[in-house]
Amino acid sequence: MIKRVFAIVLVAGFAWIFYLAVTGWQPKTELSGVAYDYVKQGADELGAMNLVTAIVVTYRGLDTLGEVTVLFLASTGVAVLLRRKEDENVAVPEKKRRESSEFIQTGTGLLVPVIVMFGAYIFLNGHLSPGGGFQGGAVVASAVLLMFLAKPDHYLNHGLLNIIESFSGFGYVLIGILGIFLAGGFLDNRILPLGDFGKLLSAGAIPVIYTLIGLKVGTELAGILENLKGLKS
Amino acid sequence: MSILIIILLGIAMLAAAFAAIYLKDLVAAVVAAGLVSLMASVLYLLLAAPDVAMTEAAIGAGLSTVIFLYAVRKTARQEVDND
Repeated sequence: MIKRVFAIVLVAGFAWIFYLAVTGWQPKTELSGVAYDYVKQGADELGAMNLVTAIVVTYRGLDTLGEVTVLFLASTGVAVLLRRKEDENVAVPEKKRRESSEFIQTGTGLLVPVIVMFGAYIFLNGHLSPGGGFQGGAVVASAVLLMFLAKPDHYLNHGLLNIIESFSGFGYVLIGILGIFLAGGFLDNRILPLGDFGKLLSAGAIPVIYTLIGLKVGTELAGILENLKGLKS
Repeated sequence: MSILIIILLGIAMLAAAFAAIYLKDLVAAVVAAGLVSLMASVLYLLLAAPDVAMTEAAIGAGLSTVIFLYAVRKTARQEVDND
């Protein structure tokens, strides 16, 4: 009872704070501070059509590197906690998995190449259209998920996944460090020529960086899914 | 018109979130939680943030729902009252 009263008082307090915050709120009519500089100079300076990408990959590139690291740690944690050795399997014999239906198997065969291609399109065009490495990687991983639904007994090649993941992470940091020596600073995209505004091969290193991030995110999420799926029977 | 859709989506999101909390069948609760993410991604699209909408649709509505379903399969399907 006393707990419930406390909870209600707490919620009422938050509601009051929220009310105070909302009543004094005025929408801003123009950008302020650093946002103004990004929007004003971003397109000219970095040559990326999608300004969000320009900010995420170059101006705030260090934050993106941090995000990639967080995802890497998450997938490592899942692997450490959930991947079991083969011999631990003996005590708990896994049930034979039911075959998935004809519809799912046929549909998967048709859709998976298209979904993977769409994911690759998203991260290759990250500097031109909405999307980027994280989104493209997640789309690729959802294709892997569809494959798991259709063929529950099939497993990915873990060694290959790890190699792709490690090399793309390494390449990402390497490009960042090259930026210090060849251009303005860490993760500066102007180590490659900026090219024509709006073309696929433009905006310096942004397409390269986003391709690497896309590969890394895709393989990491696929690895998480595979570890969750359980062990080989 | 767009404001009206945004408000309706917000109300539907709240309803789905409450359903996710109060449903006893955990699979239904997971699907309701995925529905929240799906409607959130439409909302982001309407608020002119397609980059965020893509992430929310792929990760929130797709992958995390499936990960929750894996977890439900490894534990019990029904919620147990323990208070």
